Amino acid sequence: MTAALFAAVGWNLARDVSQMLSYPFMQNAFEAGTVVALAAGIVGYFVVLRRSAFAAHALSHVGFAGGAGAALVAVAPLWGLLAFSVGAAAIMGGIGRRLRERDVVIGIVLMFALGLGYLFINLYQGSATDVYSILFGQIFGIDRFSVVLSAAVSLGAVLVLGAIYRPLLFASVDPEVAEARRVPVGALNVAFMTLLGVTVAVAVQIVGVLLIFALLVAPAAAAERLAARPAAAIAASAAIAVACTWIGLFLGFYFSPPVSFFIATLATGAYLAARLVSSVARRGGLRPRPGSRG
Amino acid sequence: MSTPVVAARGLSAGYGGQEIWGGATFEVEEGEFVAVLGPNGAGKSTLLRMLLGLIRPMSGSLEVLGEVPRRGNPAIGYVPQARTYETETAFRGVDLVRLGVDGNRWGPGRLLGSREREAGEAVRTAIEAVGASSYASRRLGQMSGGERQRLFLAQALAAEPRLLLLDEPLANLDLRNQSAMAELVGRLASSRGLTVVLVAHDVNPLRDLVDRVCYVAARGIEIGRPDEVITTGVLSRLYGAPVEVLVDSRNRRFVVGIDEELAHPHHHGAADEGAE
Repeated sequence: MTAALFAAVGWNLARDVSQMLSYPFMQNAFEAGTVVALAAGIVGYFVVLRRSAFAAHALSHVGFAGGAGAALVAVAPLWGLLAFSVGAAAIMGGIGRRLRERDVVIGIVLMFALGLGYLFINLYQGSATDVYSILFGQIFGIDRFSVVLSAAVSLGAVLVLGAIYRPLLFASVDPEVAEARRVPVGALNVAFMTLLGVTVAVAVQIVGVLLIFALLVAPAAAAERLAARPAAAIAASAAIAVACTWIGLFLGFYFSPPVSFFIATLATGAYLAARLVSSVARRGGLRPRPGSRG
Repeated sequence: MSTPVVAARGLSAGYGGQEIWGGATFEVEEGEFVAVLGPNGAGKSTLLRMLLGLIRPMSGSLEVLGEVPRRGNPAIGYVPQARTYETETAFRGVDLVRLGVDGNRWGPGRLLGSREREAGEAVRTAIEAVGASSYASRRLGQMSGGERQRLFLAQALAAEPRLLLLDEPLANLDLRNQSAMAELVGRLASSRGLTVVLVAHDVNPLRDLVDRVCYVAARGIEIGRPDEVITTGVLSRLYGAPVEVLVDSRNRRFVVGIDEELAHPHHHGAADEGAE
C-alpha cells in the first residue's frame, strides 16, 4: 500500500524530497494536496467562524454516497463527490437560519445520504479498496485529470469567496445588523454552503470522508487561536493546512502508516499547540484588566 | 422646522394578521432622544424593525427621514439586542466596527488607497467617540458586556448615521454601566445632532437624558415627557389593567401592578421579546 516500497528515507531532506518528487504519482499528490489544502484552510476559517462544523461533517458523508455512486456508474469519483456535496449543500443552505431546525435538517440529509451510499456499495461489485479510499482518502492514487479538476474547483471556490468576503464576514459575525444593512444574508448562506460542498468534495480525495476535519476544521481552529485579525487568521489557517499536507505526504511516502493518518495527527498537533500557545499568551501580557469583566 | 425624522400616522403592527399594537400617531423631530418603553412582548423591537424596513406596518403610514422605510438605508444606524459571543470567539472589536463601514460592500478585505485610509479613519473616530480605544483590538469573547455594547454602538456610528436605533442597549449591564451607557448615548446624540430611538425596560437611567418616552403596551402607544406618560392614569389605560406608578424621593418611577407579568418593568427575562 505505501510508497516506502519504492524508496527509503535517507535523512537528507533535500535529497529525500527530490527523490520523492521524481515519482509522477507524488507530483500529482503534492499538486492536488497543495491546492486543496489552501482552499480548505481558507474556507475552514468561515466554517469555524460560523460554527458550521456539523454541516462540513455531514457534507463529507454525503460525498461518500457520491463517491460510491460514481464507482457504481464507472465515472471519476470526484464527479460523484461534487454532485452530491453541492446538491446537499444547496438543500442545507436553503433551509432556515434557526440553529435547531438547521441541525435537524442537516442530520436528516446526512442520514439519507449514508443510506444511499450503503445501497451503492451493495450494488457495486468492485473491490473494497475503492470504498476505503473514499472513507480515508487515496492521495497517492490521484490521477492527472482529478488533479486538474481539483485545482480548478479549489481556485474557483477561493475566487468566489474573495468576491463575497466582506458581506459574508458581516453575515457570519453579525447577521441582524447585516440584514438591516441590506446584506443578502440568506443568499450568502446558500452561497457559502455551496462553496463548502465543493471544498469538501475535493478534500475528500486527500484525507477521506472520515478525516475531513483534518483540513477543514483543525487548521482554522488552530489559526483562530493564533491570529485574531480575519485576514491573518485565514492566511495562518491555509498555511497550517498546507504544512500538514506536505509533511503528511512526505511521511506517508517514506514510512508505512497512511498519509491521512499523518495529516490528521499533524492537524491535531497543530490545534493542541495553538491552544497551548494562546493560553500561555493570554496568561501573560494579554490578560484583560482586572475588574473589566461584567 | 425640517421634516420630522419619524412620522407615524394610525400605525399598527402585527404578525400573521394578529395585531400587537395599533393606532399610533407620533412624530420624532431631528435631534430628539426618545426612549421606547413597555412590558415584554409589547412590540418594542417590532417598532424598531418597522423603522428599519425589515417588516411592514399592518396598517397606517410610516415615514423615516422623509421616505417609506427601506432596508439598507445608510442614514440609519442599528444596534440590535445584545449578541453574545463565546470566550473562544476570535473576532476583534475593531473588525466588528469596520463591518459597519464597508461590511455591505462586495469584494475582499481591504479597499484601495485613500478609500482604505478613510475607512480606517472612520473606524478609529467611532471607537474614540464611544471611549473604547483601549480595548477595541481585544477579542469580543474576552470583553465585558459593557465593553462589547460600546463597540456595537461604535459599529453603528461608523457609517455616520442621522438616526440611531438601539434595542435594549442597557440590558444585561449593571447599574453603573447602565447609566454610563445611557449618558454616552445622550452625549453622542447632542454633540452630533443625532436622532436616537432607544428601547429600554426601565426609564430611570434615562429619565434625565431623554426628551420624550414612547410607551408601548397592549392597548396602544403614548408618547410624551416621562412624567406625563409614566403615570398611574396613562399606564392603566395603556395596559388595560390597573397599575400603579410609584415615585420615590429622587423622582425615580416604578410601575407596579396586580399582574406582575404585564407590569413589571425590571423583568430581564432570558427570552426577551424580539428574539424571534
